Amino acid sequence: MDFEYFFRLFFSGLTRGSIYALLALGYTMVYGIIKLINFAHGEIYMIGAFTALIMATVFSFAGLPAVAILILSSLIAMIYSSAYGYTVEKLAYKSLRQAPRLSVLISAIGMSLFLQNYVLLAQTSNFLPFPNLLPQFQITGFFQGILTSSQLIIFATTGIVMVILTILIKYTTIGKSMRATSQDRIMATLVGINVNKVISATFIIGSFTAALGGTLISSFTGQINFYVGFIAGIKAFVAAVLGGIGSIPGAVLGSLVLGMTEAYAAGYISSVYEDVFAFVILVLILIFKPSGLLGRPETQKV
Amino acid sequence: MKLQEIKRTALVALWFMFLTFPILVIKVNTITQTIDWRWNTMIFLGIGTFVGGLVWRWALARRKSPATAPVAKVVTAETAPKVGLKAKLTSPALRIPFIAAGLLLVVVFPLLASLYQTNVMITALIYVMLALGLNIVIGLGGMLHLGYIAFFAVGAYTYGILFRFFDIGFWVALPIAAVMSTLAGVLLALPVLRLRGDYLAIVTLGFAEIVRIVLNNATELSGGPAGIRGIPRPILAGITMNLATVSVYIYYIIILAVALTIFIVWRFENSRIGRALVAMGEDDIAAEAMGIDITRVKLTAFALGSFLAGVAGVIFASRTTFINPASFTVWQSIIVLSCVVLGGMGSIPGVILGALGLILIPEYLRAFADYRMLIFGAVLVLMMVFRPGGIIQKKRKAYTFDASVLEEKV
Repeated sequence: MDFEYFFRLFFSGLTRGSIYALLALGYTMVYGIIKLINFAHGEIYMIGAFTALIMATVFSFAGLPAVAILILSSLIAMIYSSAYGYTVEKLAYKSLRQAPRLSVLISAIGMSLFLQNYVLLAQTSNFLPFPNLLPQFQITGFFQGILTSSQLIIFATTGIVMVILTILIKYTTIGKSMRATSQDRIMATLVGINVNKVISATFIIGSFTAALGGTLISSFTGQINFYVGFIAGIKAFVAAVLGGIGSIPGAVLGSLVLGMTEAYAAGYISSVYEDVFAFVILVLILIFKPSGLLGRPETQKV
Repeated sequence: MKLQEIKRTALVALWFMFLTFPILVIKVNTITQTIDWRWNTMIFLGIGTFVGGLVWRWALARRKSPATAPVAKVVTAETAPKVGLKAKLTSPALRIPFIAAGLLLVVVFPLLASLYQTNVMITALIYVMLALGLNIVIGLGGMLHLGYIAFFAVGAYTYGILFRFFDIGFWVALPIAAVMSTLAGVLLALPVLRLRGDYLAIVTLGFAEIVRIVLNNATELSGGPAGIRGIPRPILAGITMNLATVSVYIYYIIILAVALTIFIVWRFENSRIGRALVAMGEDDIAAEAMGIDITRVKLTAFALGSFLAGVAGVIFASRTTFINPASFTVWQSIIVLSCVVLGGMGSIPGVILGALGLILIPEYLRAFADYRMLIFGAVLVLMMVFRPGGIIQKKRKAYTFDASVLEEKV
């Protein structure tokens, strides 16, 4: 058995998993609060990546140093993605709060289609090369040649975001309001929580992490087009379901499991059917353990 | 409209100008290292969103006021004496000549229109058939099916593969393909029987992607990304026809197929199992409590929907004579979904109108061809926000209760 190959796949899976986790957080938080698969979430991630690319190019023309470009462009990308997330919620979901679930889902798909084509028309349908913004350094010791510096930065960033998010959800007022709203929206309103604000905040936070994920992975893979968000979004959703939708640690665990599975399946079985594995996992988990790895079993309310 | 509202709309327009700034204004070319600043788009967008915002506000206000008494509105519409142009147009005396004229137009259309027009119409009618089939699952059953195009693909590919390996013609392949796609429908329905709403949407979408990826990679069987070419057009009693004649022939085949579909869907809708499906779509727990066999109903809906898609697929393959996996992406499913949603979920005339409109209008407005999918996306959102029932809303059979009967007895 080739250990180096095994470990390289391991880190490749971990990288994917980290990015899925950054995306899956948005799905799982939104689902936890308004019980909606935000199909447009993948598009928010794509818009984040595009904004980062555009901004990075503009800044590099202005002659800024590499670190400043990285920080500024990813910050602007995150701000813009959050603004998009906020607006999407206001336009497509807010007036449908009382509508049947089917209406909101269709609206979400429409939004996703709209945003994709908006970027396609405003920018380009071709793949754009994405500059590698992440600083490069040499990794020595055992992991030399197995782990790249970009991967290390991705893990570190994801880890930091997870810690911040956990603190935010556990200890801050907005985090408590979010948990209360996800448990029972009407009850939360009764105790004086402004549910509209909480929902907006959820969309903003989710979009923020999605944009971060989009910038990081695009920097890593080196290219983007308008379509990258859709498949990434669906896979992140699968990851969220795998971990137990509505549960934040579950989303992270599910993402890592999915990332690993994809990496090993592509490495040892077949890379052509890479995208199929995610869906097979989804069907299996929904049949055998619909509540996911860490989710609470959902009771049917009548 | 109050001044404050106009001010707010202006703020919203500013917000959108800010929002679309990087993507709409800046266009970078990473190869030639140039930046294109398109400030004019920003101004257009500002004006556009301002006007759009005013319309949006007006429409939202309008939606809110009558929505408070929807029941009363329905009753008055039913009971009030019909006056005006609309009543005249829908009066039974005029309905028969209208329908007759429509049917006549449908029958003579290919004889009057050019080959191009006929071909466009065939495409539109294929979508009508797909939309009617999807309408069973979404409109009646309330299940969001995002993988519908997979069954269309199964139908088309069954014909393609049968032709490729066994040299089988259209009429023999048609029933086989119909059976195959129905089986595929049941195959998908079995694992998703327990799923609802969102999960169902994702799993069906995943299923369609799996079908597409398999078709793309099983090169020995399906020809891979290159697809299958040279699929024969249908043959009538051994006569070989030229392209124009065979197109007319296909037109009549699809007209017949659509007519049969309408008949099937109409009969299904009012059948015992169709009504069970509608009940399930509204509240599956309540339906189950009323003794409806959810499993059977769901399986039937999926099977019937897939059957229709499969038949449409065979006709599609015979019309284009060439199929490849690129014709069967998720976005095709969503186009069909848009047809159903725009026309009116559950309403047969609505769905037909929606499909014809969404396929024919972009065909004739070539200038807007690029904006087609953008508009479809916007249509889905706007329809859901402002008119979830679609253009022609589903009319449910209603039994009115006559209170005077009670009073007489007392």
